[in-house]
Amino acid sequence: MTEATGGIEMDENTGGKIKKFLYVNRKAPYGTIYALESLEVVLISAAFDQDVSLAFLDDGVYQIMKGQHTKAIDVKNFSPTYRALEGYDIEKLYVEKESMEARGLKEEDFIVPVKVLSTAEMADLMQSQDVVLSF
Amino acid sequence: MKLGILVNEGPYTHQASDTAYLFTKAAIEKGHKIQRVFFYHDGVYNSSRLTEPPQDDRHIVNRWAKLAKDHHIDLVVCVAAALRRGIKDENLQEGFRISGLGQLVESGIQADRLVVFGD
Repeated sequence: MTEATGGIEMDENTGGKIKKFLYVNRKAPYGTIYALESLEVVLISAAFDQDVSLAFLDDGVYQIMKGQHTKAIDVKNFSPTYRALEGYDIEKLYVEKESMEARGLKEEDFIVPVKVLSTAEMADLMQSQDVVLSF
Repeated sequence: MKLGILVNEGPYTHQASDTAYLFTKAAIEKGHKIQRVFFYHDGVYNSSRLTEPPQDDRHIVNRWAKLAKDHHIDLVVCVAAALRRGIKDENLQEGFRISGLGQLVESGIQADRLVVFGD
């Protein structure tokens, strides 16, 4: 069992298969644990050399907002981790335009470069994936 | 079809675990193969041996354990999520095992479909 692959022997179990994984993030970063634990799966999946994308919808767009300060609520600010994703070759980050605009946000408010997609384009993206995990 | 199942909510508070169980049972009855059931987030509470619901209610933990025993299903509880919530080998119900998130990614890769049950 190895830490990096979360407890499995990679070669014998994945057979070199590469699938498209989309992680759909719909919830605000600190009210629930979904965002943090989603990020933990994303980081593990990087070790499997899969084709990984992340989508941010609804309050999920707040996860990657600049200027998060969590000291007063005594919760760890994990937003810098999103900036580290690039180092794991996870560079396909998508934000739903309608969710972003409904919350008065702009592309430059995010801590990482994202591609903004309309709801219809987001649907196409989901359609094109092999595995969609929604948190 | 080979199915992977992901359960993201704990027992009783949310419907997710019930639906996942009923779906899994129905899929087996239809002849599908369950590659693995993975418990994540509060879903790890589905494995607590200390669970004692009132006698006239369904026993969600034991129900999963029985299904696993009867059909040789791999029930995996995420180690990181489990430790965070006080689930350890010493209070883990028989039929479940604790392992890493890699088991979930592997489900996505190996199964024909990964079906997610959450809030």
